[in-house]
Amino acid sequence: MEAFFNEFLQWLPNVQLAHFLIVSALLFSLGIYGIVTRRNAVLVLMGVELVLNAANINLIAFSRYSAANFDGQVAAVFVIILAAAEAAIALAIVLNIYHRFQTINIDEVSNLKE
Amino acid sequence: MQLFDIVFYVFAFITVVSAFIVVFSRNIIYSAFSLLFTFFGVAGLYVLLSADFLAVTQILIYVGGILVLLLFGVMLTNNVINVDLKTGTIQTVPALLLVALVAGSLSGLFYSTWKDAGIPASSIQTTTHTLGELLMTSYLLPFEIASVVLLVALIGAALISRRERKS
Repeated sequence: MEAFFNEFLQWLPNVQLAHFLIVSALLFSLGIYGIVTRRNAVLVLMGVELVLNAANINLIAFSRYSAANFDGQVAAVFVIILAAAEAAIALAIVLNIYHRFQTINIDEVSNLKE
Repeated sequence: MQLFDIVFYVFAFITVVSAFIVVFSRNIIYSAFSLLFTFFGVAGLYVLLSADFLAVTQILIYVGGILVLLLFGVMLTNNVINVDLKTGTIQTVPALLLVALVAGSLSGLFYSTWKDAGIPASSIQTTTHTLGELLMTSYLLPFEIASVVLLVALIGAALISRRERKS
């Protein structure tokens, strides 16, 4: 345990691939936490954006640290495109829900049809 | 510790701390504004990964587009006049346990698998030219499909958010 800890402390200051991956893991977990616990639909969407950003960091980090190729960055471009489309559609749906139910707490909006 | 490492830790700190505020803040406006700092921090990480085009795209689209949309969502769906911006959470304890488990196992996995990943294979170069060429050659079909998806999303959003139909 002690040896592992010393190795980890030596590893920590010089930044490599795994540092970026760990940041993205933290971001991903926080996003999941937001999605699971928030009642407000807009905050759930913010959690989704955090998860998408975490995935993008992963894609770009692997693209940078693997043998010079740009496939990861192209994938990240598509992720950003789809995130923009998703945000527009989701907010339109949220506004509609608000007009109908006067609330956007997703646990109160449970009936599909009146 | 070199400058690169210090800058990385600054941006990583900004990203993770503001993501914490996004998720844990009780006030929805604070969440929305700290999401701004998360996006900027992630853009900084992209610069460190020598993805200059994506860093600028991140700021333009996320900060200029998605965040503004989310703020509109906040403003239009809350009673700003009655100051009811507090927001509830459900089942925090099991979610916290689960998420801590996920974060720990993912980080441990990344550390144990990639800790000796070494230095980048290529030197730093501008990416815009290469990305543009790739989008027009190997990724032409996904690129076209993405444009159709954006068009459909635009029309769909306009159609959905319209008020009640007159029929």
